[in-house]
Amino acid sequence: MPAIEIKKNIYWVGAIDWNLKDFHGYAVARRGTSYNAYLVLDDKITLFDTVNEKFKWDLYHQVRSLVRLEDIDYIVVNHVELDHSGALPFMVDKIKPEKIFCSPMGEKSIHGHFHNKDWPLQVVKDGESISLGKRNVAFMETRMLHCPDSMFSYIPEDKLLISSDAFGQNIASQKIFDDQHDLNLLLSEARHYYTNIILPFSPLVQKLLNKVQEAGLEIDMIAPDHGVIWRTHPEKILEGYAEFAAQTLKPKAVLVYDTMWGSTQKMVKAVADALTEEGIDIRVMSLKSFHHSDVMGEFSDAAALVCASPTHNNSMLPLMSDFLTYMKGLKPKNRLGAALGSYGWSGEAPGAMAKVLEEAGFELPEKPLRSQFVPAHEQLTQCKEMGRNLASAIKAKTQA
Amino acid sequence: MQKWVCTICGYVYDPAEGDPGNGVAAGTKFEDVPESWVCPVCGAGKEDFALEG
Ligand SMILES: Cc1cc2nc3c(=O)[nH]c(=O)nc-3n(C[C@H](O)[C@H](O)[C@H](O)COP(=O)(O)O)c2cc1C
Ligand SMILES: [Fe+2]
Ligand SMILES: [Fe+2]
Ligand SMILES: [Zn+2]
Repeated sequence: MPAIEIKKNIYWVGAIDWNLKDFHGYAVARRGTSYNAYLVLDDKITLFDTVNEKFKWDLYHQVRSLVRLEDIDYIVVNHVELDHSGALPFMVDKIKPEKIFCSPMGEKSIHGHFHNKDWPLQVVKDGESISLGKRNVAFMETRMLHCPDSMFSYIPEDKLLISSDAFGQNIASQKIFDDQHDLNLLLSEARHYYTNIILPFSPLVQKLLNKVQEAGLEIDMIAPDHGVIWRTHPEKILEGYAEFAAQTLKPKAVLVYDTMWGSTQKMVKAVADALTEEGIDIRVMSLKSFHHSDVMGEFSDAAALVCASPTHNNSMLPLMSDFLTYMKGLKPKNRLGAALGSYGWSGEAPGAMAKVLEEAGFELPEKPLRSQFVPAHEQLTQCKEMGRNLASAIKAKTQA
Repeated sequence: MQKWVCTICGYVYDPAEGDPGNGVAAGTKFEDVPESWVCPVCGAGKEDFALEG
């Protein structure tokens, strides 16, 4: 990829990871991703963030096409996770920067990752500014969005916000601007990314958006560290984040399940039929076909989650435990749940799933439902009953 | 003395240790930590802490 000028004398110098599927070991990147880094040519030549270590030479050659590495003065580390800092030791070695700017928690994280005490770190606090010559950079701490060390860099002269992981999407494309893509696809990828990474910190996102508004920051471009740069529709992604953080729910249910011999699947279909008859939008997702991160992406705006698993060795199937552990950690708010499944003799799974849902703060309008061995018409009628009652609760919640 | 957990980031306030770096001496009960104190990891306020357990 050639370096691309995004503002006068400000260049995208990142790397595109076209083939990535495993995103950081916990999510699936459906369209690959990118690691965006930015080079500002001013009196002080400054590199904002780096890339995954595997792409350090991509970054090197991008930068080298514009300047000699030793001509760079400053490095700004907005976030110390290895997808953005993996190439940092290599770049520090080549650049020998005069200063490396990071947040107070960033300093701790840099030491924790690289154990390199002789780097010229300079800690910047929330609200502090530095001058690059014609431009200034104002730093804004964004702790826990999504790590303690995360921060934003804002260049007022260019109305440019370099936003680290916030406002990103997992998209690999040589078209690095929002207006080169379908906006709905971008917002849906941004939602998927938000739900799998930032959702637990939604109250902080709301505070941050208010703070940005109160500070009256003029933003005409948002440059995140993954995916496209918002140059034409920055307001759309800001509105999107307000909506994702508010967790505004639709009359929609995600039915997530696993099954051994198909009995539990039959029960799920019966619940799905009743929900459909009641006008509720549904997604039916087997955990053998969908990764836990894909299910969460769909659950993002759904009022209800239906969990179904047969009983296996006195508990639920392992893919369901995996999903529930993951889902609970992302702390979705204000949701409805239901649990059901087929069983042979002891039947613990529905109760076990209901317990996790309750611990996660879900409201369960229906008792856990179980059915012995292969469900007959009568049992499937009970499943439909469950679906209808859940539909009423969904309507009550989403119309309120 | 009871430990308190930050519900935002998981940091644990241990009264035995306090938070000397931010002006809270070892041995200070969570109840006696000033209201202006914030989580040293993520900046959350006292209201975002819950009793451990
Ligand atoms: C999305 C995400 C969430 C994390 N959540 C926590 C957390 O809640 N508590 C914590 O102590 N560390 C958390 N971490 C930090 C990791 O535990 C840390 O980076 C660790 O060194 C990763 O180990 P690994 O290289 O074996 O994956 C999180 C990291 C990521 C990327
Ligand atoms: Fe990150
Ligand atoms: Fe990242
Ligand atoms: Zn905290």
